[in-house]
This record gives sequence, structure tokens and C-alpha cells, in this order.
Amino acid sequence: MRNMKLTLKIWRQSGPNAKGEMKTYPVNDVSEDMSFLEMLDVLNDDLVRKGEEPIAFDHDCREGICGSCSLFINGEAHGPGRMITTCQLHMRKFKDGDTIHVEPWRSGAFPVIKDLAVDRSAFDRIQAAGGFVSVNTSGNLVDGNAVPIPKDDADTAFDAATCIGCGACVATCVNSSAMLFVAAKVSQFALLPQGKPEAKRRVLAMVEQMDKEGFGNCSNTGACEVECPKGISLEHIARMNREYLTASATKD
Amino acid sequence: MSMLDSKIPEGPIERKWTDHKGHIRVVAPANKRRIDVIVVGTGLAGASAAASLAELGYNVKAFCFQDSARRAHSIAAQGGINAAKNYQNDGDSVYRLFYDTVKGGDYRAREANVYRLAEVSANIIDQCVAQGVPFARDYGGLLDNRSFGGVQVSRTFYARGQTGQQLLLGAYSALMRQVGKGAVKMFDRHEMLDVVVIDGKARGIIARNLITGGIERHGAHAVLLCTGGYGNVFFLSTNAMGSNVTAAWKAHKRGAFMANPCYTQIHPTCIPVSGTHQSKLTLMSESLRNDGRIWVPKSLEDAQAIRDGKKKGSDIPEADRDYYLERRYPAFGNLVPRDVASRAAKERCDAGFGVNKTGEAVYLDFGAAIQRYGKQQATLQHIDDPTAEQIRELGTAVVSEKYGNLFDMYENIVGENPYLHAMKIYPAVHYTMGGLWVDYNLQTTVPGLFALGECNFSDHGANRLGASALMQGLADGYFVIPYTVGDYLADDIRTGPIDIKNTAFDEAEKAVTERIDHFLNNKGTKPVDDFHRRLGKVMWDKCGMARNAQGLQEAITEIRRIREEFWKDVRVPGKANEFNQELEKAGRVADFLELGELMCKDALERNESCGGHFREEYQTPEGEALRDDADYAHAAAWEWTGEAGAANLHKEELKFDVVKLTQRSYK
Amino acid sequence: MARSALLGSSLAKKYWMALTGLFLCTFLIAHLAGNLQLLDMSPEGQLKFNAYAKFMTTFPLVKLVSYVLYASILFHAFDGFLLAVQNRKARPVKYAHEKAGANSTWYGRQMALLGTLVLVFLIIHMKTFWYEMHWGELGLDVDGNKDLYTLVATVFTQWWYVALYVMSMLVLAYHLLHGFQSAFQSLGLNHPRYTPVIKNVGVFFAVIVPVFFALIPVWMFINA
Repeated sequence: MRNMKLTLKIWRQSGPNAKGEMKTYPVNDVSEDMSFLEMLDVLNDDLVRKGEEPIAFDHDCREGICGSCSLFINGEAHGPGRMITTCQLHMRKFKDGDTIHVEPWRSGAFPVIKDLAVDRSAFDRIQAAGGFVSVNTSGNLVDGNAVPIPKDDADTAFDAATCIGCGACVATCVNSSAMLFVAAKVSQFALLPQGKPEAKRRVLAMVEQMDKEGFGNCSNTGACEVECPKGISLEHIARMNREYLTASATKD
Repeated sequence: MSMLDSKIPEGPIERKWTDHKGHIRVVAPANKRRIDVIVVGTGLAGASAAASLAELGYNVKAFCFQDSARRAHSIAAQGGINAAKNYQNDGDSVYRLFYDTVKGGDYRAREANVYRLAEVSANIIDQCVAQGVPFARDYGGLLDNRSFGGVQVSRTFYARGQTGQQLLLGAYSALMRQVGKGAVKMFDRHEMLDVVVIDGKARGIIARNLITGGIERHGAHAVLLCTGGYGNVFFLSTNAMGSNVTAAWKAHKRGAFMANPCYTQIHPTCIPVSGTHQSKLTLMSESLRNDGRIWVPKSLEDAQAIRDGKKKGSDIPEADRDYYLERRYPAFGNLVPRDVASRAAKERCDAGFGVNKTGEAVYLDFGAAIQRYGKQQATLQHIDDPTAEQIRELGTAVVSEKYGNLFDMYENIVGENPYLHAMKIYPAVHYTMGGLWVDYNLQTTVPGLFALGECNFSDHGANRLGASALMQGLADGYFVIPYTVGDYLADDIRTGPIDIKNTAFDEAEKAVTERIDHFLNNKGTKPVDDFHRRLGKVMWDKCGMARNAQGLQEAITEIRRIREEFWKDVRVPGKANEFNQELEKAGRVADFLELGELMCKDALERNESCGGHFREEYQTPEGEALRDDADYAHAAAWEWTGEAGAANLHKEELKFDVVKLTQRSYK
Repeated sequence: MARSALLGSSLAKKYWMALTGLFLCTFLIAHLAGNLQLLDMSPEGQLKFNAYAKFMTTFPLVKLVSYVLYASILFHAFDGFLLAVQNRKARPVKYAHEKAGANSTWYGRQMALLGTLVLVFLIIHMKTFWYEMHWGELGLDVDGNKDLYTLVATVFTQWWYVALYVMSMLVLAYHLLHGFQSAFQSLGLNHPRYTPVIKNVGVFFAVIVPVFFALIPVWMFINA
């Protein structure tokens, strides 16, 4: 098995307010067993040894669940390949001699911190606005089996709950909309009896916060669903649309 | 050396926690508003503790180094969470969960803590369900369970292969609710770099804002460390890249004892290392061992042929395969506890039977399961005389339904279809049972400094059972610390805000700044990872799945050499006042380099084998771990004395009033 | 909060887009039904068409609906403009390298552009016929009705005008191809069983309606 030679074009930006640019880096000896991030590790190792600044990028679990990694690779969030995050992207997806473009998530609501790392705290603020069930810690709650939940509802709620908050939906959306992220949370709780009591309040508050953060509007292109590493369905956006419509029409 | 007081309450074990809760002091609601608590880390333990304390009325500041509290590594736990609910009516009880955990831990855990853990386990499930955690349910709408290694009942609650994620998002939502209310102030992308101790009490921390590089002082009446384990000392592990020991290690250097640091859990089913570029290892859930059979070839020639690529696993006829777990442990078979399964894999590979290029892999084969399920399905679907192809297809569908996401993950990483070719797996570092020593109240040896979750040492002894880490994290955060911290804080209602101009803050901040300056001004040549990899290799080779006195002594020498070279030759580019990931790593590796030595020292000191600590000198004739209860039925708690490698040993004697000590057997 | 939510929020804007859009779709059907009379180029057919045109511009109920229609067009355009501006602002720095074709259709992403083109066409279209019908100097036919037919027939003798119509209908087709099913999604009407039906109906609608609209000028041009 021969190792690959690649040309990387990577966004470099030294700080939040600095001007950035695409820079070119050749890399040799890329094994197809490497993950994309390991390939960047190798490049960074080389840069440090040469006395240059390594490329900053967010990553942590490297198994596709923490939602930290966030690269826009060759024009797609988390690169080519479906149902995976960047850390799960392996170099065997590329060919010897390829040029690979790497950019940070682009959204006004996700300002760049440095190079490829962006600030996604807008998601936390949306969550804090209403993405919870108001229940205190107590050893005296009703038994977990006291309220049966139809398996289909539990499963669909779970599908929504698998969102890892990576922001690929925002990065991908032509409008930089956060609807898929917000809808996943709203939908999860809307499907469960535990979430019902404050469902109206929740959807109104979360959408209000989403708008405040400056995300764009959903125009149903469906790109988010395709690029979402967890395959979260547009059906959840429709459910949120319903929830919001009834909530805003009936809440006094 | 001294004997430590674990402050276990008097009385029969099943009354201890209830009585204790009834008698410890509480802080009145009006006074809670005057008390500040710092929580470091936002995994299951940290997020649940911060949320619970905030809703009680304390002013909470929560810190995490990730860009969001939701990304703490608890999120990666796959399998499930144990709870003694006995929904399956299969004879489970608080006592049985307690007993299984003590036995699984090879009789090196503190009975009273484990009992309390089992006791509150059922509440955790209720709490999570109320928060909207979508656990798996059956068609009747009730919660489903599955079974896990080392136990004989079904008590594991799960949410497909993402239980940790769902539980963490539950705790995170509780935390964010408090953030929204202003009861918790959240500091993400902040890394704790020191604990500040004033007049013998923990009174705050020094943290670095990872975006601006600013060094910040935060005062509080109590500090809770919920910072996880230190498996990354091995460089390669299933831990997240950022998981580190720094917070715990700084606490250790400020007077908190480090207990049983050598107890490391090596998980038997991980994807093997593929090359030198490897940055981390990926776990394949323990649940796979329900259906997968583990084997290597019986003959060395076959193994060699496979390694050379001349033969495939499927070329080896049934009679020439060695299903070594089934052979050695007929009673539990492939479902022996993790430490046992890992050692058995290492033993075969060391003997030359490994099945990948590196010689460090064994097969996890679903061929038999596919056949079995295929025939079952054929019967169910009334297919008479099914062809081999039909059986294979039907069986593959069943296996895919059960484990599809794991198989996809495997194929994605390895590039080989695991339905057609047996998976190759090898053990990898997964969890650390050791950690900061805490008493029954989860307080370390520094008053006001508490440790929760994987960060402490208390509940799993020398080996943790599957699905128990999630249980412990949430038990500590939701149901233990809200009570015990109140007992401590009751003295602080008149203290008033902590003065961050105190000289102790000056001194701590100065030390932090000096260290950062050293890294940035060091005219070294090698990146941080270079040293980390070397440390990891030493640890894995000499303080990993099997240890011996000579290897451990060598390891100590080698680690010292690497450490010395690190301080002289590390190169950290960039500046202090900016987002600087190399600088973050440098600080963490510096601490790993000290911890590694202590782990070896602890392993060397413990002249017995127990759970994850296997000293080759101490084994039964069959190669099983041989404990020495007369001399080592204690927790070894190490006190920092000002220099790495010069720690002082203290002991906590472990008394087993309820469970009888026996040789652990899964045969 | 609830009141402002229904007016100002991003979701409310989408509801209005969807509702006005679907209303405009029903108008398209009515408009097409009337226009198909143009295919009958016999003298009786011409008179019938002129009578129909008079009815459509004078009958009170139809007039009332037409005011709703004008409002819908204006609101659909205005709301769409607001959305487009917000959406552009949401991504101040563009990607240097994009491969959006991998995850979405170009016409789904270009609704604002397609909508603008449709609007431009509408203005031309209304100037040519609607304005002339209401305020222009149209001759009368033998029944004494304004002779709209002759105006239409004259206009469609010009090849470039016919070409403009055909092109515009192509634009409308793409606008509908995304817009029709998108409206249902915006209103939350998504169901595993019915959504595929909606999508198929949407494709059918987006093809058939513009094709027939385009057929009329072509037919009249050929048979002039």
C-alpha cells in the first residue's frame, strides 16, 4: 500500500478579529488508515518542528459523539461521506494527489476563534432558554415505569436526542439556519410525556433565542439532514413548526 | 505512614446512608445564597452536581475545558447504566448490585460507598426519566434492560449504544436550566490550573481562559473536582484527546492524596492500533461479547500465515480455532469481566497467536451468531430447507439490527466488512479506578475539596464492572454531594465572599504564570506529543495489562528521563494570551509525566495481583490474579511531598463486614 | 411574547410565506383555467374570452378576491425579501469552496432569485394585460366588451415576447418545484405516509401548470 501525497488548502486566521486567508500545505506520507484529524496531527507535528504555528481545530472524543470537531472539507460539513463526523472521516476516502480545502464553519452566529475553531456557544444559550424539563433533583420522583411511553414515541424521541450539537446543520445550510439543532431538542421533549407540561413555553423561548443569535431562516432545502452526522430528520423541523404554530396561536 | 479515617457512619450497612443523611448538618436556604461553590468538569458527575447544588440555592460556578459543557467525555459511554430496579424479576436487589460490584472490583472497594451507590441507583433512573432521557423501551412502553459482563441479572438500562450521551445530555439540560436562571455561571473553554488553599481549606481555583489566555482567580467556599480519569497517561486510550489529570494532579500537589493510581481498566474489545500515526483508540461495546466469540488460531503457523496476509480468518477450519475464553472460563465464557478477558487476549498474543500485522489482535467472530440467528429466523418464517446463503442473509439482518451502528463504526475505521470477516480487536486503556482519595462524604484530604465520579477512587475497587461508571457519576452528583457538601458548608455561613486578593491566590497564580512562561520561552525542539507518546509506550509496556517489579523499576527510570528531557527540550509555539492548543497540551503532559511515575510506584508497592492490577509474580497456577488480603486489603493513598516520585504512602484499611473475601472465580 | 412571535419570528415569516404561496398556487389554477379559453381562436371563442375577462374585472366577489391576491403577491415578495436579507446577513463570510450540490438542489437554494425573476415577469405581464384592461385604451368587441383577446393575440405575434413567457414559466416551474412541498413542511405538515404524496403532487403541479401556461403563447404564435 502506497502512501498518499496531498495538497491542503487551509483557512488560517490568527484571532477573532484578524483577517484570515487560505494557505497551502503539501503533506506527504499520508496513510489511508489515518483519520482526517490524524492527518492534521501529522501536519501540525511537522509545523511545530519547523517552528511554525500549528493549525488550531476543535476535537475531543475522536469517535463521533462529542460534537467538537467541525471542519468544512471540500465544500461539505464533515467532508465527503454520510453519517460521520470529521474525526470519523478516514483518508481512504481520498486519492493520491488530491487537493483538499479545509475551512471553519461559516456563520455569523459561530464567530471564528482561531484558524478552524469557532465559537458555538449560541447553541448553549438556546438550550438554556428552554431545552430542558423543569424537574429538580429529588429521590422521591415517580417510578421510571409509572408512565408507559409508546415504544415508537420513545424511539423517535431518541432519534432526535442523538443530536451532538456539532453545528454541521448551520454550517451546511445556505441560510446558516439552526433549525435542525433547535428542532431536535424541541421534538425530543414534545414526544415525551415528561416534556409536555412546558412544551409551549419551551418552543417559544428556544425559537426566540435562536432568532436573537442571528441564525438564518429555514428554507427547507434539506441540506442539513443530508450532512447531519446523526441523520436527524427534517420531520423534526416540521414537528417544531407545528409546535410553534399551536403554541404561538394559543398561548395567552 | 498513617491510617486514614474514611468517616464511614456507624450502624448496619443498609442504614448507614439514611442515618447519615438524617444526622449531618444542613445549610438554611437563606444562607445558601451566601455560599459559593466551584464545580470543575461538566461530565455526569459535574453537570449533575452543579445543577443540583444550584437548585438548592448555592451560587455555583461551573468550569469545563471543552467549548460546551455538553461535550464532556461521559458522552462517549456506550453500553448502559446499572440500577437495582429488578424490573425483570430476575432476583436483582440493592444487595446483589452491591455484592456484584464489590466482587467485580476484586474486593478492593469500600463497602459502605458501594452499598450507597447501589441504594441510590434506582433513583437515578427515575430522575433521568423525569428529565426526558429517552431510554430504550419495550412494546408495552416500559423500560427495557440488558445484561452486562460479570453479572447474572439484567439490570442495565440503555439508550441504544449511546447511553452516556443521553444521560449526559439530561444532566446538561438540567445544568443549562440553572444557567438560564442565573444560578450557575458557566465557564466553558476554561481550564483549571491550580487549587487555592487558604488556612488549610480549599477556597478557590486558578483557571485559564483558553480563548484569551487570561489567568483568572475564582474564589469559593468549596471546590468540587469532577474531572474524570487519567487514562490518557498511556497516550493511546479510549479517552477523549483532552481528558487529563491536571485538575486532580494540582489538587494532589496541594495536599489531596491520590489513591490506588495503578488501578487501570483495560477494556478487552477495542479496535487495534493500525500505525504510528494513531491518536486514540475506539471502543467496541462490551455488549458485542453477548454474541461474538473470541478466538485465535490453535497453531502458530496459521497465526503467522494470517499475519503475513497469506490466510484469512475464514480459512481456518473450526477444529483449528482456539476459543480461549470459552476454554478457560466455561461458566462465563466470552462474558468474563473486562480485566480477565483483556489479560487472556494479551497472553495469547504474547505467545505469538496474534492475527494482525502488529501481532496484537484477536478475532471477535459473529459467524456462529449469524448462523444461529439465521436458522432461528428461517424457522420463524417457515422456510423449509433454507440454503446456506439464505441463512447467512437472515442471520446478518438480525446481527445488524442488534449491533448495526457498532459494525458500521468498525468498517468505517478499519475499512473491512465485519459481517464477512471476523472483527479484529485488542484491549485498550479505558478507565481508571484509582483517583483522589475521598472519605464517605466524597471529601479529599484537603477540607473543602471534594472529588466526584471517575476523578475519585472510591467505588470500583481494582476493576470496574460495565455500566457502573455512569451510575457512579450520577449518584455522586445528584444524590450524594448535595447532602454531604452541606455538612461541610454549614461552617461557612458567616465566612462571606472569599477574598481573591489573598496571598494564596497571588502565589498560585504566580506559579501558573511561571510555568506557562517557561513553556513558551523554552528553546526546545520537539512537540509535546513526542514526549507524550514515549511516556505512553513506557506505561503501556511496563505498567499496563501485566506488570512486574523489574519492569516497573525500569519504567520509573525511563519516565524520569523523559520528564527531564521534556522540560529541557519541549517546544511550545505561540503566545500565552491567545488560543494555544499546544500550550494546553504541554501543561497536561507535564502532569502526566509526574503521575506516570506515581502509578509505577504504586504498582510496585502493591505486591499482589487484583482486578486490573496484575503483577506477574503473583498469580495462581492457572494464571489468575492472586490477591494477598492479609497485607493488601487496603487503599493506598499517596501524599505529595514536594517532588515527583517521593510521595508518602498512607493506607485506608478496607473492612469487609458484609461480603466475604474469596478468590474471584468465573470458571 | 406569543403575539410578537406570530408576527416577527423567523418561523412566523415562514408560515406567511407558505400560506401566501399556497394561496397563489390556487390562483394559478384559476388563472390557467381562464386562460385556456384562449386556445379557442374562433370568433365565438374570442367573444367568450372577452366576456369572461369582463366578468373577472367587474363581479364584486371576484374583485374582492383579487384584492386579497394582490396583497398576497406583495406580501409574499416582501416577506421573501426580508428573509433573503436576513439569510445573507447570517453568513457574513462566505465559503471559499462549496459543494452544495452534494446535499441540496440548486433551485431549493435559489428561491429568492427565482422569486425575483417571477416578480419581474409579473410586472411585465401585468403592465401588458392587466393595466391595459383596467386603464388602457382597448377597443370594444361586437358584444361591447373590451377586446382583450385581440391585445393578447397581437402581443403573442412577437417571437421574443413568446420566448420571454416560456422562459418565465420555466423559472416558475422551478420555483414551484421547491415551493409547493416546502410550504407544507413550513406549516409542519410532514408525515411519513403523506409527505411522499405531497411531494409527488408538487412535482406534477410544478410541471403541468407552467407547461400549460407556456403552451398558450406558443399556440397563439403558431396559429396567428
